[in-house]
Amino acid sequence: MSSDDQGILWEVFIQVKAGRAYKHVGSLHAYDKEMAMKSARDLYTRRNEGNGIWIVKSEDIVSSEAIDGEAFFDPSNDKVYRHPTFYKIPDGVKHI
Amino acid sequence: MKDELIDYCLRLGDSSLILSHRIAEYCSKAPILEEDLAITNVGLDLLGQAENFLNYAAKLKGNTTADILTFKRREGDFRCLHLVQTPNTDFAYILARQFLMDSYHQILFNKLLNSKDETISGISKKAIKEVNYHLDRSSDWIKRLGLGTKESNDRIQNAINNLWMYTDELFTDNSTDLSMEKNKISPLSSNLKKEWSELVVKTLRDSEIEVPKDVFYSLKYGKDGFHTEYLGYILAEMQHLPLLYPDATW
Amino acid sequence: MENERKLEEFQQKIDANIKIEPKDWMPEKYRQTLIRQISQHAHSEIIGMQPEGNWLTRAPSLRAKKILMAKIQDEAGHGLYLYCAAETLGVKREQFLQWLHEGKAKYSSVFNYPTLTWADMGAVGWLVDGAAIVNQVSLQGTSYGPYSRAMVKICMEESFHQRQGFEIMVQLAKGTEEQKQMAQDALNRWWWPSIMMFGPHDSESAHSNQSLKWKIKRESNDELRQRYINKTIEQGQHLGLTFPDPNLKFNEETKNYDYSPIDWDEFWNVVKGNGPGNKLRINHHIKAHEDGKWVREAAKAYSKKINLSKKIA
Repeated sequence: MSSDDQGILWEVFIQVKAGRAYKHVGSLHAYDKEMAMKSARDLYTRRNEGNGIWIVKSEDIVSSEAIDGEAFFDPSNDKVYRHPTFYKIPDGVKHI
Repeated sequence: MKDELIDYCLRLGDSSLILSHRIAEYCSKAPILEEDLAITNVGLDLLGQAENFLNYAAKLKGNTTADILTFKRREGDFRCLHLVQTPNTDFAYILARQFLMDSYHQILFNKLLNSKDETISGISKKAIKEVNYHLDRSSDWIKRLGLGTKESNDRIQNAINNLWMYTDELFTDNSTDLSMEKNKISPLSSNLKKEWSELVVKTLRDSEIEVPKDVFYSLKYGKDGFHTEYLGYILAEMQHLPLLYPDATW
Repeated sequence: MENERKLEEFQQKIDANIKIEPKDWMPEKYRQTLIRQISQHAHSEIIGMQPEGNWLTRAPSLRAKKILMAKIQDEAGHGLYLYCAAETLGVKREQFLQWLHEGKAKYSSVFNYPTLTWADMGAVGWLVDGAAIVNQVSLQGTSYGPYSRAMVKICMEESFHQRQGFEIMVQLAKGTEEQKQMAQDALNRWWWPSIMMFGPHDSESAHSNQSLKWKIKRESNDELRQRYINKTIEQGQHLGLTFPDPNLKFNEETKNYDYSPIDWDEFWNVVKGNGPGNKLRINHHIKAHEDGKWVREAAKAYSKKINLSKKIA
């Protein structure tokens, strides 16, 4: 195998504004984390989209997709009591 | 003084313009796609700086525009530094040229923030943010190449060796420098040398690149309107449409 | 049996417009079709940088130069998003580049045509990007999640590209007699190639049916082509230039523009890479790749060194 490659695959998360959550925007290739961070800036904030950037190696992400989806997510399907709309509140009660 | 101020703005504008042009030539040729995007951002920043300085020069001159200055001026009226005219020999040369210019720009624009000329300090205020990032990026690459492989170290060393003589111009004063200093518009070019050397030498040493010795280079420079042979070809290409169709607007 | 059940479930998901994600089960042919299509799309963006890059150093105003530079940069970015989307299917970028260099992967053959005058920057932006956008807007609804997300991002960013091209055309069409001729000449040369970008007619298209069933493609070649022609003719009427097709006519019955038969001999010649364009583009890419080898090796060696020194410290 030749030592020539395109570097490591990284995932990029951008925070658009202070206070917002970081959101996955895409991936890129880089050889080290400084390069990954700068490439993320140059690639994913060209239109002023960024306030903050997280980068993480793709291989370090643990994904639920690798697990059996039904067993993993379905048990929470019937637990509607976790959602506020489950509860009946008399008309006229405010700020609850 | 006005003539010298125009001359000074042309020096700053033309240098960014021609460096940006060299980066444009490199489009679609970078070692990795990510780098193509990144270096284009630098080129776009430089083009913006060039436009700002040339707009100001045009305003001072009167009856002209930044476009006319760019596309219809004769070679001898350009004031760009020799360093930015040097060709894209390989990635090491491109990077070394960028690093030497970025470090010079950072020190220069920091000083120009205090210029008595408000337009110049205003342009510098915007430019310094861009230049700080450029230098950060090019310094990273100097380290990668210097400390990477034997081949990359040889190549970056070779590029630094061959480009070093051009840095002499960056710190040589001509009559424009003297006038700018007298009118508190800019410091003397020669006053930037010490700070620049410290910065550059540190990065080079950290990257296991030897610092070349200063050598005598020339009595006349780009900022005096005396150019390398490279510039003529750059202008022939850049100016060809407006010169071929003098009545057209684009 | 197991596979049949999976295939059925897969088709149900597709029919219900549920996106397929990288680690979901998918038929091998679905994966292969996506690998081919997304990488071809990525290569088109990257090779497409060259015909425009050809005029970057000759852009005739500072404004034009800035815009063109930003546009070509966007194309690099779009290629990059697409390579990353394709990589989620289990093929690395190194492999895609190798297939491109070996001629095993295709790219849109429209980029094999030379850009001969500044007006080509107008025509490429207006027509070639215009055609690409029609296709890409449709592909936002593609069934593969990463591809669809890349398309959404690309469509958002592409919106200025076509305007940039049209602006150049307007400027030239309203300019001196020479500029007007330049614009007309560019329209003459780019009109048919842009129409051919949508590929063969539906009746001749090898991959189309299965792709539509799996919602990799959402609309057929001919549907997309007709939409492009309709909107472009209307835009063109503002320019005062003539489209190089005497049979272009609005059909009251179909509410579409009718057009002359397409010269498919030319199309297949260009697709097969006959003529100098293909070699020029590929050789340019190979040279850049080879020239960059030592840089990539250095970056990799450096990253190993810093990781090692951290471990020791």
